[in-house]
Amino acid sequence: MAQATGQEFLRIENLVKSFGTNTVVKGANLAFNRGEFISLLGPSGCGKTTILRMIAGFERPTSGSILVEGKDITPLQPNQRQVGMVFQAYALFPNMNVEDNVAFGLKIAGMPVEQRRARVEEMLKLIGLAGFGKRFPFEMSGGQQQRVALARALAPKPRMLLLDEPLSALDAKIRVSLRQEIRSIQRDLGITTVFVTHDQEEALSISDRIVVMSAGNVEQFGTPFEVYNRPSTKFVATFVGTLNTLHGKIVSAADRSVSVEGQVFKVADLPGGAADNSSLSLTMRPEAVSLGAPNGQDIVLSGKVKEVSFLGSVIRLRVDLGDNSVSLDTFNDTSTPPPALDEKVTVSLYSSDIMILPN
Amino acid sequence: MKNGKFWSWVMFALGVVYFLGPLLATLQFSLSIRRDGYSLDAYRNVFVSPAFQTSFIYSLLIGVATIVVGLLIVVPAAYFVRLRAPQLRPIIEFVTLLPLIIPPIILVFGYIRLYSSTSILPLTTTNVGTNFLLILAYVALALPYMYRAVDTGLRTIDVQTLTEAANILGANTLTILLQVIFPNILVAVLSGAFLTLAIVVGEFTIASLLNVQVFGVYMQNIGANRAFEPAALAVISFVITWGAMGMIQLLARFAPKTARI
Repeated sequence: MAQATGQEFLRIENLVKSFGTNTVVKGANLAFNRGEFISLLGPSGCGKTTILRMIAGFERPTSGSILVEGKDITPLQPNQRQVGMVFQAYALFPNMNVEDNVAFGLKIAGMPVEQRRARVEEMLKLIGLAGFGKRFPFEMSGGQQQRVALARALAPKPRMLLLDEPLSALDAKIRVSLRQEIRSIQRDLGITTVFVTHDQEEALSISDRIVVMSAGNVEQFGTPFEVYNRPSTKFVATFVGTLNTLHGKIVSAADRSVSVEGQVFKVADLPGGAADNSSLSLTMRPEAVSLGAPNGQDIVLSGKVKEVSFLGSVIRLRVDLGDNSVSLDTFNDTSTPPPALDEKVTVSLYSSDIMILPN
Repeated sequence: MKNGKFWSWVMFALGVVYFLGPLLATLQFSLSIRRDGYSLDAYRNVFVSPAFQTSFIYSLLIGVATIVVGLLIVVPAAYFVRLRAPQLRPIIEFVTLLPLIIPPIILVFGYIRLYSSTSILPLTTTNVGTNFLLILAYVALALPYMYRAVDTGLRTIDVQTLTEAANILGANTLTILLQVIFPNILVAVLSGAFLTLAIVVGEFTIASLLNVQVFGVYMQNIGANRAFEPAALAVISFVITWGAMGMIQLLARFAPKTARI
């Protein structure tokens, strides 16, 4: 099984793309390692697909360059880049059966018929569709079509794989199984892969590293662990996962004590230049908040249960602390029923889990 | 409800009588060359006539050439407009409609003026040149039908994504057009081709004024000199047109298989 090597493979330098007066990518600088699975994550219109299309060669950058193994590929046409791509809409050729679809790139490259046939068979085995060669795209399900599209993209042994929201058109169950399959194939082949998605769970679950984007800017580039646990901006914290925000006041900047709804506690850190009596926002993940008396946590707050959502293995509660409220998750313990609505409860958390984020 | 249905059927029956009445009368007349009963003599006279054979085959050949030239112009043009310049679509649609607005008689006088012996490109002075001019004139005449058929075909596929998918697999524009786009709009292309053939086979004005003996001109000559044969020819040309339309319908049955993505 091939692994990401740590050796730089793809470099994006000062990449800018404007459509008329609208700048959709504002100077991206990124470096991806060989064999890495990178996700470009962000809401619609953040520029993630535009970056992918520039890597593919379908869009010309307004300025900046894209280098693969140190060579500038920016002026190359898409058919000269040796890149495989899977599209959201499958994009299988409707007039060709599965075999012909997978063999298309090989045929263009001039591979002899026998070798081509063997490679197609190998690819169909890889995606678990051996024996489906004679079927036409319209005779297959969405998941099967997308797997054929993956086989077609991988058949000519491209040096990089680009995935443009390939799972968006599929139903939830198939989406999960196919993303695991894509990841496993990518690991086996060790191919550098750039995956565009707006689904944070998808990005967190399969990526080596994630590029979080907003309004044409790269907000953060890091591992799923870093992006989730140490978001560098408020946007990243709110876009990736659920975030609690408590609005409070600084009681004393000197001893880092703050007050939320009259409940005073100390935080680990305060923003630079914080003054007494100034307001501030404290953010934390739901899983950082525990229900009940502290078990080592240094912050304890009391409130009333206002919402109980049963999510199967987890129960999500919303506890009102006055004008502020905090969401928290507890494991579904069959011996302990969840608290009732309006029940008075205490919640506790570590001050180190509180994030004070720049906007 | 019942009353409404009754009147619908009455209107339908009136329509059938209006359209089929003259046709049946023509058919009956074409079979009445003998006083003692119906016969196919008028048809036999037409088919054995060397002038018929020559003009019909000539019209078919001109029709095929028109289709080929038309497709070579229309398919790439419609493809590039859809892919690269969708903002030009209204303009292109307007241009393709011009042959319907400008009568053929105006077109042909324009051609004669532009390409006669006194012009710098005297196409009408040679047979080859006249044939070439006739084909180009027919391409213009069939443009509204051909463009619409091809454009409708392109609408059934995701042109941009298919182009990009083929492009990133290494294909150049010509390969994409020939191996990906064209096969997926083949049914629509054939519809346009049969419509073009039907138009070309029956065309009279342009060919007559360019002094070319096509099937339309032959029909007009026969009509001026004979009684029953023109009726037989009218029925034959109806059969050809309907045959072309039938082929379009037949091909349309195969459309879902290739057009779905």
